Amino acid sequence: MTMTSETQTTVRVPQTPFAEFWSYFIQNRGALIGLCFIVFIVFLAVFADFVAPHHPHEQFRDFILVPPAWAEGGNAQFWLGTDGVGRDILSRLIHGARLSLLIGLVIVSVSLVLGICLGLVAGFFGGFVDVAIMRFADILLSMPALLLAIAIVAILGPSIVNSGLALSLVYLPHYVRLTRASVLTEINKDYVISSRVAGAGALRLMFIVILPNCLAPLIVQATLGFSNAILDMAALGFLGLGAQPPLPEWGSMLATAREFIQSAWWVVTFPGLIILMTVLAFNLMGDGLRDALDPKLKQ
Amino acid sequence: MLQFLLRRLGMVIPTFIGVSLFTFALIYLIPGDPITIMGGERGFGPEQRAELEAMLGLDKPIWQQYFIYLGNVLQGDLGTSYVTRQPVMSEFMSLFPATIELTVCAAIFAVITGLTLGILAAIKRGGLLDHTVMTISLTGYSMPIFWWALLLILLFSVNLGWTPVSGRLDVMFWVDEVTGFMLIDTLLSDEDGAFISALSHLVLPSIVLGTIPMAVIARMTRSSMLEVLGEDYIRTARAKGLSKRRIIVKHALRNALIPVITVMGLQVGLLLSGAILTETIFAWPGIGKWLIESIGRRDYPVVQGGLLLIATIIILVNLLVDLMYGVVNPRVRHSK
Repeated sequence: MTMTSETQTTVRVPQTPFAEFWSYFIQNRGALIGLCFIVFIVFLAVFADFVAPHHPHEQFRDFILVPPAWAEGGNAQFWLGTDGVGRDILSRLIHGARLSLLIGLVIVSVSLVLGICLGLVAGFFGGFVDVAIMRFADILLSMPALLLAIAIVAILGPSIVNSGLALSLVYLPHYVRLTRASVLTEINKDYVISSRVAGAGALRLMFIVILPNCLAPLIVQATLGFSNAILDMAALGFLGLGAQPPLPEWGSMLATAREFIQSAWWVVTFPGLIILMTVLAFNLMGDGLRDALDPKLKQ
Repeated sequence: MLQFLLRRLGMVIPTFIGVSLFTFALIYLIPGDPITIMGGERGFGPEQRAELEAMLGLDKPIWQQYFIYLGNVLQGDLGTSYVTRQPVMSEFMSLFPATIELTVCAAIFAVITGLTLGILAAIKRGGLLDHTVMTISLTGYSMPIFWWALLLILLFSVNLGWTPVSGRLDVMFWVDEVTGFMLIDTLLSDEDGAFISALSHLVLPSIVLGTIPMAVIARMTRSSMLEVLGEDYIRTARAKGLSKRRIIVKHALRNALIPVITVMGLQVGLLLSGAILTETIFAWPGIGKWLIESIGRRDYPVVQGGLLLIATIIILVNLLVDLMYGVVNPRVRHSK
């Protein structure tokens, strides 16, 4: 259903929804910076094997705890220096980006898909199903995310897969609640009723008729969920409950760097900086998306 | 009011039951059964095993076991640690004051700095100060606090030598434990300088733990203040010729604080889970460090009991915040 007028008048051709969204989005400088940084980090992650100067696990026994290239005693071979066993920090950070983004993507996708399904079912069918699903979500929400994730990892055992599973479960209720709330506002609108009258089945109503109209808040939540996933994953790695050494995960890199805090500042500084910048980028972009997608907040 | 109270209480009970079901299930979901874990490497013979099963009630049907567990929990019996052989409850009670002390100091830091920054940013909207505050707030909100802690240690403890690296009190002091709160105990003792030592140990952990809540509160205060400052009654107050200071403190701030209070309440859960990270880094002898160490030692009764207690505290605090909110804002208690 395009809105272009056939009569040749001076009426401006309405923007496509995407163009309208984009024009709002690029007005927000922070969001644009966030997006650029994310694109950059994704590029590094995808081409880590070509971009990284060294293999992330390769130990240069003659170059243990070398400071960054610009500092005194630095070596141009290792831009950001080396860690306690002589591994190149820059290469580990680049490969860590791959790990963090991938695990973030998995966590967000799993909780988003499951959350959408549960939320649609709860909102669409109502009654006992609704009560049961929402009670379950409330119980999960009553515990802080990190605490709940720690509890689940305590059961399953520390590993990167288990902590990913735990975090997917922890973020689930947010998507369930959001989807259900949007479904409830949409379900009694005319277009839904008319397709129901036209004989659309429950599945078609849920996924094809209603869902596309509920997506905006979900996209925003998923972007912000990415930053939470990366942050909490790093925290679990730092506590020794997430990724296990020698995986170059940012949080577990920090955990092993702790012992060098008095002697080698660079081992401690860079992994945290990259976590902060990535999380900040996703938060900036999430805020920008929310402003651009939600007409109620547009000013 | 009574009806509001009862309705809110009615929501707490199912949540508590859900949490207790979860912690009860924890012991059955871990790989290997509890008795094998208790036995360690030596293990038990079949007879001993049967005896232990009967003693621990593991031979009963599972639903019965849950009710026994729930009954014990409600009487304050959370089992015994596999490692120290101490009751979980008494271990928790002896470590909890350290965590409360830390979280309260962090909360004080977060509220004072957060409110100040938020108000200043709202008054100077669009200016340099506003932008600085918003940047600090956004950075603080995205901060991996375990890294932030390491940076602060690096700067203030290692390079400048201003604050100690870890613990609650310098080893040269010996202070009798009266309340469990180091700040109070050192004041009660007659050791010179002990209070200063305790205080200096608290500074960095409180800042670290308070950073994210501070960022959230600053952001919320700013937007809430901006909303209130645009209201008609503020214009009226201005038209009456009241001083700017009086308008902000008496008219705007009071109304702007209502949503801020809710946000503060929501931070309690964040503070308690953040305490796990903060305590681990600063070797702070509280429940967070205890819990993480117990996971490492596979001390499951402690993990089970500790989780249940922390979750219960968070549920109760949230309840308290809701009730307080209902007292402050009548619209809440009469809705639906």
